[in-house]
Amino acid sequence: MAGEPMTEPLLAIHSLKTHFRTDDGMVRAVDGVDLTIERGEALGVVGESGCGKSVTALTVLKLIQMPPGRIVDGQILWQGRDLVSLDMGEMRKIRSKEIGIIFQEPMTSLNPVYTVGEQIAEVVRQHEPLTRREAMDKAVEMLRLVHIPTPERRVHDYPHQFSGGMRQRVMIAMALSCNPQLLIADEPTTALDVTIQAQILDLLEEMKERFGMAIMLITHDMGVIAESVQRVVVMYAGRVVEEASVDQLFDRPLHPYTQGLIRSIPRIDLAAEKKSRLEAIAGVVPSLLDPPAGCRFAERCAFATPECTNAMPELREIEPGHRVACIQY
Amino acid sequence: MSQYLIRRLLIAVPSLLGISIVLFTILALAPGDPFGELAMNPAVPPEVRAALREKFGLDDPVMVRYLRWLTAMFQGDWGFSFVSRMDVDTLILQRLPATLIVIGASQVLALLIALPVGIYAATRPYSIFDQVANTLAFIGFSLPTFFTGIVFILIFSITLDWLPFVYQSNINATGLAWYWGHIKQMIMPVAVLGLFQGASWTRFVRSAVLDVIRLDYVTTARAKGLAERVVVMKHIVRNALIPVVTLVALQMPAVFGGAIITEQIFRVPGIGSLLISSILANDTPVIMAVTFVFACLVILFNLIADILYGWLDPRISYR
Amino acid sequence: MAGSTPASLTVDPATGVPVAVKAKPKRVTPGREAWRRFRRHRLAVASAVILSVMILAVLFGPLVWRVQINEIDFSAMLEGPSLAHPLGTDDLGQDLLARMLYGGRISLAVGLTAMAVAVIVGTIVGAIAGVSRGSVDAGLMWLTDLFLSLPQVPLLLLIIYLFRDSLKEIAGPEVGMFILIVVVIGGFRWMPVARLVRAQFFSLREKEFVEAARALGASTPRQVIRHILPNALGPVIVAGTIDVAAAIITESTLSFLGLGFPPDIPTWGRILYDAKDYLDIAPHWAMFAGGAIFLAVLTINYIGDGLRDALDPRRVL
Repeated sequence: MAGEPMTEPLLAIHSLKTHFRTDDGMVRAVDGVDLTIERGEALGVVGESGCGKSVTALTVLKLIQMPPGRIVDGQILWQGRDLVSLDMGEMRKIRSKEIGIIFQEPMTSLNPVYTVGEQIAEVVRQHEPLTRREAMDKAVEMLRLVHIPTPERRVHDYPHQFSGGMRQRVMIAMALSCNPQLLIADEPTTALDVTIQAQILDLLEEMKERFGMAIMLITHDMGVIAESVQRVVVMYAGRVVEEASVDQLFDRPLHPYTQGLIRSIPRIDLAAEKKSRLEAIAGVVPSLLDPPAGCRFAERCAFATPECTNAMPELREIEPGHRVACIQY
Repeated sequence: MSQYLIRRLLIAVPSLLGISIVLFTILALAPGDPFGELAMNPAVPPEVRAALREKFGLDDPVMVRYLRWLTAMFQGDWGFSFVSRMDVDTLILQRLPATLIVIGASQVLALLIALPVGIYAATRPYSIFDQVANTLAFIGFSLPTFFTGIVFILIFSITLDWLPFVYQSNINATGLAWYWGHIKQMIMPVAVLGLFQGASWTRFVRSAVLDVIRLDYVTTARAKGLAERVVVMKHIVRNALIPVVTLVALQMPAVFGGAIITEQIFRVPGIGSLLISSILANDTPVIMAVTFVFACLVILFNLIADILYGWLDPRISYR
Repeated sequence: MAGSTPASLTVDPATGVPVAVKAKPKRVTPGREAWRRFRRHRLAVASAVILSVMILAVLFGPLVWRVQINEIDFSAMLEGPSLAHPLGTDDLGQDLLARMLYGGRISLAVGLTAMAVAVIVGTIVGAIAGVSRGSVDAGLMWLTDLFLSLPQVPLLLLIIYLFRDSLKEIAGPEVGMFILIVVVIGGFRWMPVARLVRAQFFSLREKEFVEAARALGASTPRQVIRHILPNALGPVIVAGTIDVAAAIITESTLSFLGLGFPPDIPTWGRILYDAKDYLDIAPHWAMFAGGAIFLAVLTINYIGDGLRDALDPRRVL
């Protein structure tokens, strides 16, 4: 690693497998995921619900419940250090200090019995040797940065006194208060009104410029992807099926699943001129309990051949920066 | 918060009135009017009987009788015990401390069992510890207190001869020995009541902690890099206590019921054993007064629970 | 997270061991699904077996064990278990097995009847509150809360003290006491059922199938009986099971305090009351009676726990 420190990615996940033991058998929620994030980069991770994108995010910070969850295989290289083998004490020093995370439900992500100030100050004091007073000042400063009006007063309010959008701002303030190098945003706008969604995405953009951290934006919304990130990873049934820059992905989607995703984006311009129907991908996501051998999309795929079910296709680079896991290419 | 407190106090008034109405209705419906029976009691001297007749105004309309009875109750004018030959309020005041000590100490014991065991079990669901704790809790709250009391007496007093099984108010000792004597005779009643409550509270705590443990803000707390101990104590237990307080308040009437039986078994001179002996001796004024005192105690403890609840959950006091 | 809010705990304080049950996509009838879930709770199944044996024993035991409960034999006083007296004898030399079998009938009958009273009263109150809403609902719920905060044991003792003599005159010592105890215990345990039924009304009355029934012109009583009550059945059965255990404990408590059934009716609590003065010389006497109460209560509680898993899946944590 010492030879080329500059080219080393911020985060490199290699063939990560996170499985959950249930009464009915082993659920392979994440089953061989590869992805990398460079410093200061915004990476989008997209896929249907249940495709393993959130579990991937939680696995990076080892926030999955263990048991029943378990990291079965793979590496999570954070600036060259493998997080999988790290003990909990070491891991805690990375959480929030180096990697921050925000979640889908701002309504339930904050503890209802403490003021937002207390909750932000708690992170700050966990990682920095500040007094209670100084940590509170830091909390006010962070609330101001995320554009919460009159932060010196709101800092003493409880979460239930904030709206959903405001709470997500508080979450962002909290996640960024220790200046992490990576912010994982797990469906940060899904639970919010459309107008608020745009504001939160703008805020993330602004924070990225100010703090220079990388962002891993997890979403099922191709529209959010198009607006907010430079590079995209498409996940399906616990695996990465395609990886590309945003332009490549929308101009020339390679994997049949990605093509389906893009076609299923509602388009007002088209709907207005022709009464074209919204296209949906036929079929349902396969069970992650004993998933089929071979390509997991095969049974929903219009181009599937008998060959598809033989072996799992590996990710291969088709053009610079554009990789896909499909035997067609 | 103070607004919330005032509101809770105002809610306590109608429940106190409601309980007094229930109590009065039972008395009024009872065959052979207990008030009348009292006045007919041959043990009562004629002049007292006449005074009682006048005081109770047996021929007045129900509303008037109720109001008069209620005023008398609230003024502490609870009548005279013909069995103990003293005023009922004096008698109850003599007996109340023992009851409060037994109940108080047993609740502390119950909490000392329920909190650590319930929390530890819930943070390791389905582990051996959890299963053992769960089974013991199930057995614990299926064991009636009177049976546990008898088993305790059999083991610790009769077989091992460690502890006295009849409570004595006057212990012939001084200094430390006096205190030790009192503590020794409190051990079994407190343990019987405390273990029973501890068992059912363990289940409440465990289930409340399990409810909270999977909430999003717990994941947030872990994501902050907090130590697991801090996550559990500050973010899980603190929130799990909110429903537990409600459940404990709901259990208060049962706690008093258990206290009556425990006092009776171990002959603790509290108001519970007073109630039983009064019933066996047909001492009506005492029976009524003790029942009323128990009702007031339940409301008092509910009020305390409400205050705790408002203090634990900021959402409540702001609403 | 539906159903896992802390508030859901307050519905029934006496219960709540969570057992994770995963929703299965397979289509099965509700009864079969409930049975499948119940069977998974091994302690509940074992409890059901033990309780059935106990019920069969008290029902048919006296036909097999034909010793009179009041056969006094001063030559065999306070004896421990033997072939002639498998559970020993009491201070009058009466056979304890016969007395326990007889007393078990009363204890279990009190438990079941008091539960029926509680469930009927609770269902009626809950249904009236659920149908009427408004001030009637508010009034009934105030009454429910009031009853929940009543000091039950003192009031129970007070009522029995005041009413026992007149009821004995009307219905005889046995039946009179039975009616009094059952009504009073049931009268203090209907509140959880009332709350459950009312809650079911509120959640169900806006559901499609009830709307559809209303649109088709079903009358209110018909809606209640045909559509709403069956849906409230699961939680009510669970609450009712717990009530049986509580009623058995309450009856034993009253008898134990000497305020329940008269001495010639040996319920388990009464036997324990008589036995407690002979703990030092005849501990078996108290242990058998207390053990029977404990076993009945424990098995019923476990069955209630299993039934909750089976019938009330929303309470799964």
